[in-house]
Amino acid sequence: MIQLTVNGQKRDVDAPADKPLLWVLREDLNIVGPKFGCGVASCGACTVHVDGKPVRSCSLPAGEAVGTSVVTIEGLGEGRLHAVQQAWIEAQAPQCGYCQPGFIMAAAALLTAKPKPTDQDIDDALNNICRCGTYSAIRRAVHRAAAILGGAT
Amino acid sequence: MKLGRRKTIIGGIVGAGFVGVGWWFAQERDRLGGAKLFNIKPGEAGLNGWVKITRDDKVVVAVPRAEMGQGVHTALAMLVAEEMEARWDQVRVEDPPVDAVYRNVDILMDALPFSPEESGTVVDAAHWVAGKLGGVLGVLATGGSTAVRDAFTPMRLAGAVARDLLIRAASRKAGIPEAELVAADGEIRRRDGTKVATFGELVDSVGDLAVRPPPPLKPPSLFKLIGKDLPRVDIPAKVMGTATFGTDVRLPDMLYAAVRNAPTFGGWAAGFEINKVKPPEGFVKFVVVPGGIACIAKSWWLANKFIDVGVKPDWRAGPEPRLDSATLWQRYEQLLASGKLALTRTLGTETKPANAQIVEATYRAPYLAHTPMEPMNCTALVGKETVEVWMPNQSPTIVRLAASKVAGVAQADVLVHTTFLGGGFGRRAEVDLVQQAVTCALAVTGKPVQVLWSREEDIRHDYYRPMALARWRAEIDTSGPAPRLASVTKRQVAQSPADQFPARAAGLPAQGKPEGNAVENPAYGFPFYRLEAIVAEGSVPVGFWRSVGHSHGAFFDESFIDELALALKADPYEFRRTLLAGQPRHLKVLETAALKAGWGRPLPAGSGRGIAMRASFGSIVAQVAQVSVADKQIRVERVTCAVDCGPVIHPGIVRAQMESGIVYGLSAALNGEITLADGAVQQSNFPDYDAVRLADAPTMDVHLVDSGASTLGGVGEPGTPPIAPAVANAVFAATGQRLRALPLRLA
Repeated sequence: MIQLTVNGQKRDVDAPADKPLLWVLREDLNIVGPKFGCGVASCGACTVHVDGKPVRSCSLPAGEAVGTSVVTIEGLGEGRLHAVQQAWIEAQAPQCGYCQPGFIMAAAALLTAKPKPTDQDIDDALNNICRCGTYSAIRRAVHRAAAILGGAT
Repeated sequence: MKLGRRKTIIGGIVGAGFVGVGWWFAQERDRLGGAKLFNIKPGEAGLNGWVKITRDDKVVVAVPRAEMGQGVHTALAMLVAEEMEARWDQVRVEDPPVDAVYRNVDILMDALPFSPEESGTVVDAAHWVAGKLGGVLGVLATGGSTAVRDAFTPMRLAGAVARDLLIRAASRKAGIPEAELVAADGEIRRRDGTKVATFGELVDSVGDLAVRPPPPLKPPSLFKLIGKDLPRVDIPAKVMGTATFGTDVRLPDMLYAAVRNAPTFGGWAAGFEINKVKPPEGFVKFVVVPGGIACIAKSWWLANKFIDVGVKPDWRAGPEPRLDSATLWQRYEQLLASGKLALTRTLGTETKPANAQIVEATYRAPYLAHTPMEPMNCTALVGKETVEVWMPNQSPTIVRLAASKVAGVAQADVLVHTTFLGGGFGRRAEVDLVQQAVTCALAVTGKPVQVLWSREEDIRHDYYRPMALARWRAEIDTSGPAPRLASVTKRQVAQSPADQFPARAAGLPAQGKPEGNAVENPAYGFPFYRLEAIVAEGSVPVGFWRSVGHSHGAFFDESFIDELALALKADPYEFRRTLLAGQPRHLKVLETAALKAGWGRPLPAGSGRGIAMRASFGSIVAQVAQVSVADKQIRVERVTCAVDCGPVIHPGIVRAQMESGIVYGLSAALNGEITLADGAVQQSNFPDYDAVRLADAPTMDVHLVDSGASTLGGVGEPGTPPIAPAVANAVFAATGQRLRALPLRLA
């Protein structure tokens, strides 16, 4: 039995401690926003926040998330639309959409660390894969989210 | 082209006005569907098979095509909403049941193994049969960039019929003559603009009204929605993380299964031995499935871990267990030299110049995997008499057929739910996952099983874009004062997905014909053109990969055009212009791309521009790539793209699809290569089969070219073919190195 804090709620999970956080979220907690894409921490579709930092949850044993605060796409806006999600809608960024929760979580963490990121910062932080090629829309959306968070309307 | 002619006839009759409407309506009426077809629930009223209204004033449109990111849910809903006069903010979409009303006729026509200009009895007969099949089987499918092209008339008609019903319902309810009523912004109004009823207020008033032929469809000048960048209907859920993909299906008592497919192509598991290790809690059983073995458990993570330690499959090898890439290329070289020609085609008149300069070049394209972001999956439940399937798929009709065969039930007893697709690119037209999932579900009757492949299984057991070898040869007449192109010949070798797919999906016999897209002619007016196509046989399964044969055909053709320009000491852009005389649409697209890219403007040393164009799926696309080369690394800085896809339904979606096609094609051009050793694929996951990421994505400018053409073109695929040759041509401009093999690697 391991105890996790996910999207602000304490959850007891009957799963081995070496089960990756992604699969605990998807199978044991029915939180399916974080996606399975590669299983080797390469594509970033599984990105969630662990204590505010972006983490590829497919490769993090759930046991290592005990005592931390885990936030997924479902909890990002705390019941409202997060500025990054709003910017994503304005930019009409998603195509198939499968990788987008991972990108959005990576972008939100970047903007917390660097409220005014350069293109280089975005390239470095958003090293996820999108096979639909939504990259230019994503770049626009991250700059727009930075503006919204900075008080723009 | 058969398809084009059919479209022209329909368009012509619509244009002729009211006289033609009756005949035209009779032709399209069997695609309208009855008012009860579309899953009508309490509080809803069906108007026809494509649209229903709800008491809370929503307009729900049936979208029987797979949303895999191409915006099809939005584009198709716009067609109905336009004619119906619905407000965009009241429009919702829903997946209808599998029914012949929702068939995709265009995709059947396009899937035939004939090139567009081929005609004659055989081709006509095949088209006739395909049309009949479309009618009888009613194939629901998404692919070939056909969705909007196919739906453009039937779905607007459905909207117009719905509008007519609502006007009559309001007339009856309010006691106002029909002639005094109009539909606008989701309401029925008097001609002076006063409201009579919202659509939602008419739910109980339409029931017994019969469909009648509607007035003519709107001319484009009256479009209110078509042509606008409306917000896509699928985006909010995708941004909130609530969109349900195949892997997100969760059902009561659901089990999960991981699969290991037989290591060599065409191999299978004859059985298995259970190893002497203690099964973990949650393990259910091992099952032999078509092509491999599955481990069923209460957790996929657990199943995927235990399958490698808990069982020893009795693998049987496929027909070529020692096959490797070098052997295959040798085989293709031999076929190129002396293989049987499956297709020979000539255009123009051949002349033999007295003095000729020969330009010859051989090009290669490798096998490619699709790697959609969502790994392959299918969920199945076998009940007492029925089978239910949840799947991100490109053809519910074929899914239903496959499930019924495996389970031994009638097709009518199979219910298919199509989820969002986490990418399709052609891979999700296949039924291998259906066969495995239903096999697993039969082993645990009464419980749903979600079969999910690891990324390693996905890359090693795909239906690949065929590897291909082509030799171009040109004769330049040097007898006169200036050298002049006399003739060109292309000979190519590739396997044919058009031969393999019908065989595995529906048991149809192979025709030995090349895949149609792979043998389409370049648009250029050569004095003489000869095409010779050789179909390779082989054990490697090939399938439809975004733009199919155009993906390698454009690389071969457009690279060679550049080589010809060099031999004739012409600018590659100007040379193409001379070959496109008499092709105003192509010329305008090419010129737009060149102009917007600043063709001819100087670039720093180590940089270069390359141009390429391709007409595919009814659209014309030209791209100029600007690259820089340093330390043998190719960096694509900028891509300028011009597209003429005929009338534009949603400009934002067209732009997004062009960018998408460019990035997908660029991943292949720079990184994509599936190689074989010991009968198996050597690559396994993104670290060795990588895709372009944000840092390597070029700046992209997309320009929509309006040539006034009235025929719709597709947009899902045409953005992909030109990018590889545009980059290869740019690399030549930057370095003087001509790269004739994909992926592009500098020596």
